[in-house]
Amino acid sequence: MAYSEKVIDHYSNPRNVGTLDKSSANVGTGLVGAPECGDVMRLQIQVNPETGVIEDARFKTFGCGSAIASSSLATEWLKGKSVDQALTIDNMDIVEELALPPVKIHCSVLAEDAIRAAINDYRVKQGLEPIAEEKSHH
Amino acid sequence: MKLPVYLDNNATTKVDPRALDAMIPFFTEDFGNAASRNHPFGWKAEEAVDYAREQIATLIGANEKEIIFTSGATESNNLALKGVFEMYAEKGKHIITAVTEHKAILDTCKHLEKQGAEITYLHPAENGLLTVAQVEEAIRPDTILVTIMFGNNEIGVLQPIREIAAACKKQGVLFHSDATQAVGKIPVDVIADNIDLMSFTAHKMYGPKGIGALYVRRKNPRVKVTAQMDGGGHERGMRSGTLNVPGIVGFGKAAELARLEMQSDTERIIKMRDRLENALLTVEESYLNGSKEHRLPHTTNISFKYVEGEGLMMAIKDIAVSSGSACTSASLEPSYVLKSLGLDDELAHSSLRFGLSRYTTDEEIDFTIKCVTDAVNRLRDMSPLWEMFKEGIDLKSVQWTEH
Repeated sequence: MAYSEKVIDHYSNPRNVGTLDKSSANVGTGLVGAPECGDVMRLQIQVNPETGVIEDARFKTFGCGSAIASSSLATEWLKGKSVDQALTIDNMDIVEELALPPVKIHCSVLAEDAIRAAINDYRVKQGLEPIAEEKSHH
Repeated sequence: MKLPVYLDNNATTKVDPRALDAMIPFFTEDFGNAASRNHPFGWKAEEAVDYAREQIATLIGANEKEIIFTSGATESNNLALKGVFEMYAEKGKHIITAVTEHKAILDTCKHLEKQGAEITYLHPAENGLLTVAQVEEAIRPDTILVTIMFGNNEIGVLQPIREIAAACKKQGVLFHSDATQAVGKIPVDVIADNIDLMSFTAHKMYGPKGIGALYVRRKNPRVKVTAQMDGGGHERGMRSGTLNVPGIVGFGKAAELARLEMQSDTERIIKMRDRLENALLTVEESYLNGSKEHRLPHTTNISFKYVEGEGLMMAIKDIAVSSGSACTSASLEPSYVLKSLGLDDELAHSSLRFGLSRYTTDEEIDFTIKCVTDAVNRLRDMSPLWEMFKEGIDLKSVQWTEH
């Protein structure tokens, strides 16, 4: 399969690979996917409790080039956004930015799921209700 | 060294230039139809076909009359199974095979099941090997055919063909082998190995694509298959169609070269294969798939745990190999062969098959070792599963979110 230049770029030079302290109250961790499906994404956000802005975002992904690129891109987009703004990231934005083919759309869905899971983990730690699972993926 | 390095020789091989040279005159000068009996064009083509038939028969210890030319091993497998099922319908409708066979066998069996055949699918052990006892126990009074592959296309495991076939002979059951990966690579002798029907193809042994053969035994017992195509009655009535003369000539030359150079090729190839395999198995959490001992000399299949197959393929784009994931379509299906050995999906996904050839060089092997090792390490550095494994977390205990 031919990958887009952007996928190859993110895959070859992934942004923000790494691990944040998952026990910290300011860190939200989302772990989605399953090894037997061939994709596992872990996305972490570190939120400034004063401003509600995501100061840092890290990922580790077990998956194909498109999955790695989707999570790498997601961390780039998350940084500097407020938690509420982060919730507006749509999987189709990732599909468009990375020019993912139809068979790879699930990678973008997984990235969106990972963002929501990380935000919910953060919200629960802050004593807030998790965002309801309104899943209307494209 | 030219990139990418080609290590997918179980899929297909480069045509040996000597085979190509032999073929060329039969396209433009001696282009006759081997079935034309009335003029020198036909005679020359027929002569060339006869000579190639002999070269091919000699490689497998057969008589040249026992070679039926086909378009390739898939057709040979279809002809053998469907042809035997129809020809021996009165004797019974039970066929024995194994779950690790090539799709050309398994899908043909499925087709025959719809026609009323009963198929027993044997399960090999974790090392990919079947036992003679398994086959013996499965044989019934109405068993007409046992079909077991010689060397597996994914893991290279060699079945105990001679012993299985002998057991079939004792019970009066025909034995067919899909020997696509084995012929030309290891000694195969249809008499000593007790084989009644055998499929093989030119393009896995440095010959051209589009030409294969089915060996059909003529004595002890005399085996016949019902033709699957109607036409001019070529190939002793078993396979109609104008013969692919240039292909056959190339096949013949490739067979002759395989016979003459097998020993020296194998000595070199096995050294390189073992060097590659040993180096890659020093990578942490890497596993060899299939029996180490009973294996084709040019094949190795290794899984790298906590690395995803498609991502790995992308990281080693300078090496042409196959992965255990059939990710050509929308569904990411792990290899059914690896799964049947008891590998879980993730290990099956993260496997690579390396197939060497007579053209593989030491330099290419060095490059491959470095490239694969670096790729695995890089991907593990960004794999959450690797991190969890290193922290001692049992991945089986994690609640994964299926998607």
